[in-house]
Amino acid sequence: MTESTLSLHEKDRSKMPLEYTTEEGDLRIVGFWIFLAAELVLFGTLFGTYLVLQSHTAGGPTAKDLFEIGPVMAETIVLLVSSFTCGLSTIELRRHNKKGLIGWLIVTILLGLVFVGLEVNEFYTYAVHEGAPISRSAFLSGFFVLLGTHGCHVSLGIIWIIGILLQLGKRGITPVTARKAFMAGLYWHFLDVVWIFIFTAVYLTGLVI
Amino acid sequence: MIDSIKSFMGWFFVTGDPMIYGADASIALASIGIVAVLTYFKKWKWLWQEWLTSVDHKKIGIMYIIAALLMLFRGGVDALMMRTQLTLPNLHFLDAEHYNQVFTTHGTIMIIFVAMPFIFGLMNIAVPLQIGARDVAFPFLNALSFWLFFVGAMLFNLSFVIGGSPDAGWSSYAPYADVEMNPGVGQNYYLLGVQISGIGSLATGINFLVTILKMRAPGMTLFKMPMFTWSILITSVIVVFAFPAFTVALALMTIDRLFGAHFFTIAAGGSPMLWANLFWFWGHPEVYIVLLPVFGIFSEVIATFAHKTLFGYAVMVWSMVAISLLSFITWLHHFFTMGNTAPVNAFFSISTMLIAIPTGVKIFNWLFTLNKGRIQFTTPMLWALAFIPNFTIGGVTGVMLAMAPADYQYHNSYFLVAHFHSTLIAGTVFGIFCGLHYWWPKMFGYMLDETKGKWSFWIFMISFNVCFMPMYFLGLMGMTRRMYTYPAGLGWTPINVVMTIGAFGMGAGFVLMAYNIIWSAMHGKKDATGDPWNGRTLEWSTASPAAEYNFAHIPEVSERDAFAVTKEKRKAGNAGTVKSYAPIHMPNNTGIPVIMASFMFVAGFGCVFEWYWMAIPGVIGVIACMIARSFVYNDHHYISVEEIKRTEAATGRLS
Ligand code: HEM
Ligand SMILES: [Cu+2]
Repeated sequence: MTESTLSLHEKDRSKMPLEYTTEEGDLRIVGFWIFLAAELVLFGTLFGTYLVLQSHTAGGPTAKDLFEIGPVMAETIVLLVSSFTCGLSTIELRRHNKKGLIGWLIVTILLGLVFVGLEVNEFYTYAVHEGAPISRSAFLSGFFVLLGTHGCHVSLGIIWIIGILLQLGKRGITPVTARKAFMAGLYWHFLDVVWIFIFTAVYLTGLVI
Repeated sequence: MIDSIKSFMGWFFVTGDPMIYGADASIALASIGIVAVLTYFKKWKWLWQEWLTSVDHKKIGIMYIIAALLMLFRGGVDALMMRTQLTLPNLHFLDAEHYNQVFTTHGTIMIIFVAMPFIFGLMNIAVPLQIGARDVAFPFLNALSFWLFFVGAMLFNLSFVIGGSPDAGWSSYAPYADVEMNPGVGQNYYLLGVQISGIGSLATGINFLVTILKMRAPGMTLFKMPMFTWSILITSVIVVFAFPAFTVALALMTIDRLFGAHFFTIAAGGSPMLWANLFWFWGHPEVYIVLLPVFGIFSEVIATFAHKTLFGYAVMVWSMVAISLLSFITWLHHFFTMGNTAPVNAFFSISTMLIAIPTGVKIFNWLFTLNKGRIQFTTPMLWALAFIPNFTIGGVTGVMLAMAPADYQYHNSYFLVAHFHSTLIAGTVFGIFCGLHYWWPKMFGYMLDETKGKWSFWIFMISFNVCFMPMYFLGLMGMTRRMYTYPAGLGWTPINVVMTIGAFGMGAGFVLMAYNIIWSAMHGKKDATGDPWNGRTLEWSTASPAAEYNFAHIPEVSERDAFAVTKEKRKAGNAGTVKSYAPIHMPNNTGIPVIMASFMFVAGFGCVFEWYWMAIPGVIGVIACMIARSFVYNDHHYISVEEIKRTEAATGRLS
């Protein structure tokens, strides 16, 4: 019998999902939720900035001039579906089905890659073809940085999940790999929620107002 | 070729001022000296294994405090340079540009690289011990936080000799701090140095939040926690919710400067006021981040040396909670005069004044704790007692400043400078000195000398008043902040002379404290019991310094002031049951945090000079370290029962 570094709040861990069965896993998941709270403030600040600057177009292109519903819908659908497949991966995790977990995670990051590709293409079109780079106006600064931050998060998420896939392949589903897969799932869903706000606050209001 | 190298060097290194050459020389000499000593005594391996790669919260705490003391020295020298320049009218000790740089680095260093890391150091030392835990929740992240702070501080300080210092004030208001009006690398140093250490601070906030919420000893419910731990819990919440806003603000200004965006510029629709709002949305909570923890320290110290439990425990907690909530809705009081409507000013005026209520409640609780106590005037207690009246003056003048119409008179005058030094020095600095003397034996196993400690206290405290009390009147007489010189004949000269004397007195007090530290390291009284002050909380139940694993058995807690209760029980003959030891699971040391932070430094330095050939590999290095960390699986080891027995026997604790 060993005593862990962590004080023991007696709790029957064996009945919990795998990722919660160790004290360490539990701590990290709580920590990750708090990290997501901090991310929420970070994105909240970026949204606030964007909304303040939205009308500051300085005679340059406006949201209405730039945005087209087609590509935006494509990005949205791809990302939402990836969130769904990510959810499926968590279900497979709960079933301790390694193959299913790995499979759905791969689908998720492929969709993530498509999303990033679409977004890069959108940025490229604005900046190069439509004469609307980041330095054109405060509105565009706010737009590129808000969406760029989200896009960077998605890209980092892809790298992270690739790392987890390698570990899953090598070690199978253990309390540690289960925890990592679960946390990556939380992160992915969080980014999806942020996107929904972007869709509403940036694109829909931009197209309508 | 030679010419172009020459011109590069002339631009890269700051030249022209003899003081800078002096600094260059002393930095070079100090570095050579350190390398030589380490090499001569063959200490490199020791340094790497025992310190640089350590994930032990006690060692990380000590490193934080050493770094913060060094930074306090630098910030203090900046302060003395300013005071020297202002002693008499029309002096030319510093020119205008140089003065601007000095108040900018002084303010930034004092807040970001002294107050915060000093507090982080003390909480690293004390919190896990107070809650009966063996480490923090995420030891790796804890080491990473420290190293990010450290490289951020180094980057910021480098500006002094390479490239030029920032000069836009610690609040870096746009549009002055933006690139059109402030070209060059100075402001980039501010943005990146502060950003890097800020990421570390955010991680610390998350870490301690989880540690305190999840790792308390069995039986220690939230309302049985020591008050210092409470203050850190609340501070951590503020950190988590305030720092991301600052991260964004700094990033946006960096993007403005490096990539030509228009967030805060005047051209192309940018909004300089947006910077003021974002900065202070973090900046006001920040002052509570450096204040609430010292409230916690004073609560511990006053209870210990009054030999009573803290008066009004629950009220103390709730008033801190109230302060933390209010701290998020007062930021606008920093710019009442910048064109808000009357209702907006009225709202922020009232919300600011409201903070005085919970703060006042706390002052009275400390006084009631002292009431009828058996007060013992140790050095930490002197700092705590001096805090009460001196800080109250800062608080009262804060309420004066909170009245928006009156603030049109006080704004940006020396009245304001006196106010925030009354809170930052009589609050934060007295608090960290108090905590330093209080926990010193726990950190190192010997005491700081009391006589020297008391002398340094009296010199510092009296000089503080000599320097900052007259400053209020100087402000009312019309002297504004950030002015580098002034004409004769305004009646300001005598007060300025007195203030400079006070400032040098504080310097003397600090030097004496440093001497006391060195003297005590050689001759200090050993702390054999682990409980030199007859303490009330669990950190005093361990040996001094505590073993790597802190507690051989996790303590069980039934009441507040857990250790005081245990001692009473022991006196009554109830020694508790003897339990056998079990192997203890501890995290391994790791070099990744320090390496990762070094890459961060490279990336930061590259961005400062817009050398992307340097910045991009730096960022890749950071990501590579993260990936490397993700693949580390055996990151723990066990401490065997024999070793525990040996360690416990060495401090006479084998039960
Ligand atoms: C030896 C003690 C100190 C002295 C003599 C001193 C003196 C000064 C002086 C002369 C200024 C510039 C006033 C002006 O020209 O506007 C200043 C600014 C400032 N000080 Fe101190 N100071 C001391 C300690 C501290 C400490 C401990 C802190 C914080 C923890 C601090 C924080 C600041 C800040 C934030 C500013 C504003 C900088 C700016 O205007 O951007 N000071 N101090
Ligand atoms: Cu404030």
